[in-house]
Amino acid sequence: MDFSFTEEQTLLRNSVQKFVQNDYTFDNRRAIVKSDTGWSHKNWMKFAELGLLGAPFTEDQGGLGGGPIETMIIMEEFGRGIVVEPYLGTVVLAGGFLRHAGSKAQQEKFIPEIVEGKRVFAFAFAEPQGRYNLADLAVTAKKSGAGYTLNGHKAVVIGAPWADHLIVTARTAGGQRDEKGVSVFIVDKKAKGVSCRDYPTVDGLRASEVTFENVALGADAVIGTVDNGLPLVERVVDEGIAALSAEAIGGMKVLNDATVEYCKTRKQFGVPIGKFQVLQHRMVDMFMNYEQSVSITYMVTLKLGESETERKKAASAAKVQIGKAGRFVGQNAVQLHGGMGMTDELNVGHYFKRLTMIDTMFGNVDHHLKRYASLD
Amino acid sequence: MNIDYTPADEAFRQQVKAFIAENYPQSVRGKSRNEYGGKEDFLAWHKVLHKQGWIAPSWPEQYGGTGWTATQKYIFGEECALADTPMVLPFGIAMVGPVIYTFATEEQKKEHLPKILSGERWWCQGYSEPGSGSDLASLKTSAVRDGDHYIVNGQKTWTTLAQYADWIFCLVRTDPKAKQQEGISFLLIDMKSPGVSVRPIITMDGAHEVNEVFLDNVKVPVKNLIGKENEGWTYAKFLLGHERAGIAGVARSKRGVERLKKLAAAEQDGGKPLLDDPMFSRNIAELQIDLLSLEFTELRTLANESKGGHGPEASILKIKGTDIQQRLTELTLEAIAYYGNPYRPFAHDKMTNEYVPGPDYSHGAAQNYFLTRRTTIYGGSSEIQRNIIAKMVLGL
Repeated sequence: MDFSFTEEQTLLRNSVQKFVQNDYTFDNRRAIVKSDTGWSHKNWMKFAELGLLGAPFTEDQGGLGGGPIETMIIMEEFGRGIVVEPYLGTVVLAGGFLRHAGSKAQQEKFIPEIVEGKRVFAFAFAEPQGRYNLADLAVTAKKSGAGYTLNGHKAVVIGAPWADHLIVTARTAGGQRDEKGVSVFIVDKKAKGVSCRDYPTVDGLRASEVTFENVALGADAVIGTVDNGLPLVERVVDEGIAALSAEAIGGMKVLNDATVEYCKTRKQFGVPIGKFQVLQHRMVDMFMNYEQSVSITYMVTLKLGESETERKKAASAAKVQIGKAGRFVGQNAVQLHGGMGMTDELNVGHYFKRLTMIDTMFGNVDHHLKRYASLD
Repeated sequence: MNIDYTPADEAFRQQVKAFIAENYPQSVRGKSRNEYGGKEDFLAWHKVLHKQGWIAPSWPEQYGGTGWTATQKYIFGEECALADTPMVLPFGIAMVGPVIYTFATEEQKKEHLPKILSGERWWCQGYSEPGSGSDLASLKTSAVRDGDHYIVNGQKTWTTLAQYADWIFCLVRTDPKAKQQEGISFLLIDMKSPGVSVRPIITMDGAHEVNEVFLDNVKVPVKNLIGKENEGWTYAKFLLGHERAGIAGVARSKRGVERLKKLAAAEQDGGKPLLDDPMFSRNIAELQIDLLSLEFTELRTLANESKGGHGPEASILKIKGTDIQQRLTELTLEAIAYYGNPYRPFAHDKMTNEYVPGPDYSHGAAQNYFLTRRTTIYGGSSEIQRNIIAKMVLGL
């Protein structure tokens, strides 16, 4: 049993921390979010320079040879700065698909481009009718000659406005909700028949509604096995959940520290409001929620490599804990900051909003409670 | 004990229903407050009610009230909420109006009450200050007597819709040497006075509804003082405890539950309506049961008040009412899943891209959830309300 980090891991954390502290101040983030594009390409190149975009890839692929722990460290520190750049979509998710199931050609083409910051991906999996069911797919890819023809609508594709390529889940066989018959494709956003309607999200990101109209895909667009893509999708999404959990604990820590600090300095009735026991207990509960979330984030990170059932259970457990804790910490950070906590000017609301949307991503508390119960 | 309405009450309900159906202002139909274009939209329903003589049911008849029984007032509020009429802004009708007809001079009544009723004079509330929120009595804005004027200096904050206001009613400190509550006066200030400036505060949902109001050497005629100098705290407390009907928002929340059920029936989960999901329907049922308890708590309070009782039960209504409002917005956000993400822009955002995807009922739902967090902060936070119950009811 050992929960300590290696020297390399500590160095990695320090370098991301330094970047967030110096380059990703709250004011800088605000300027990025309000800019036309909504993200900073300069930051993206800085990530490449720091080696972050290559963290999970092998040294042969030009990466750092890191694993889930390295991803956790990066995401936690990004969470402290509510970094908007599409690290999750590009490195964790698309990177995951390519690492686990990419053909040699796919890996050789895309991984170096990701590592160098030349290629940005977004994961198009959600559909208007599908809720959190990854297999509920009305988007179809029909066999056509040697390749496929893609049709349908993907909803709320986070980071799509910034992406060059999309990873798309589509039905290649079976009924709309069958577990069999799911396939995963790499789609060039510039391909004929792909159209995007872009919009900002409530937590400072950008997303698109993506429509595919008779998009012609070659056989080489498939990642993994045709018709049997669901286990791959679930694996990558579980890894995404671990990464989101790490991001969430970074955000919760900032909120808890800010709240304690505020309650020590804000005076009402002649004393700092932190002297009131009812608020002390609230902050203790926020603190415990955070500690439990750190624990479960370590747990899921360390279990990503275990059997499919163990991994799924770990991911769902983490998502439940993170969702509940994120809500409690976020809501109470706002409450204890009073009117100030409601403002756009203070950072508190921005962390609260991000934690709220993390709960939605890849299934909320209720969804993962059910998934956990069904696996146990 | 008996919870039935009399036939006269039922007839009254039908009359109200018919009136609303006929007179609902088309200009704001289907719009949430966030989508209002400006002052006119806020006042559309106010003007309809004024014309009918129904704008101030809680006022005494002699000043423009309706003379309704407590039950009729309740029915009226309920029917308005169920029909989803626009809210009548509280600052004139529910707040400063009662203070004026209770404590002001005849001249002040004549000057202000008709314009409050007609809506032609828009009021805002100058209570909170940057350093005085929960501890309101620590307020610092000063009013110094200078002949037949006061010179007012200070800053008010969280001032709702001050950007439209013609007048502000302010708590100001007139005796800095007295004990906190004893040196406060209640002053009416024309927002057009030199030295008054308004700065917007954008809330985390992106809306501009609250403001900071700066008072810099503002000259206010002494005739704008309400009641006696240094007794303003009494009037402020009267105001805070006055309008308790509706504080719980029961009828509006009932309407919200109906809306939530409708959208949960439209949302699909595994090819079935989300409403059929045992977990989600359990959440809705729990909310409904809490709401039902609150409805009867409110009715008991109302019955008690009509017998002359006047207790701190209002704190229960506020705590439970706002908790229910928040859970409603939370469940709505949960119901719409990924379509909670898109941001719905406001007019002041000046965004070129105004595209909002997803079903209509999802638009702005996350922002509504974020904004509704304020309900447990404003008007005495839930923590302060619990202090009141602990002290006033339990004697702790």
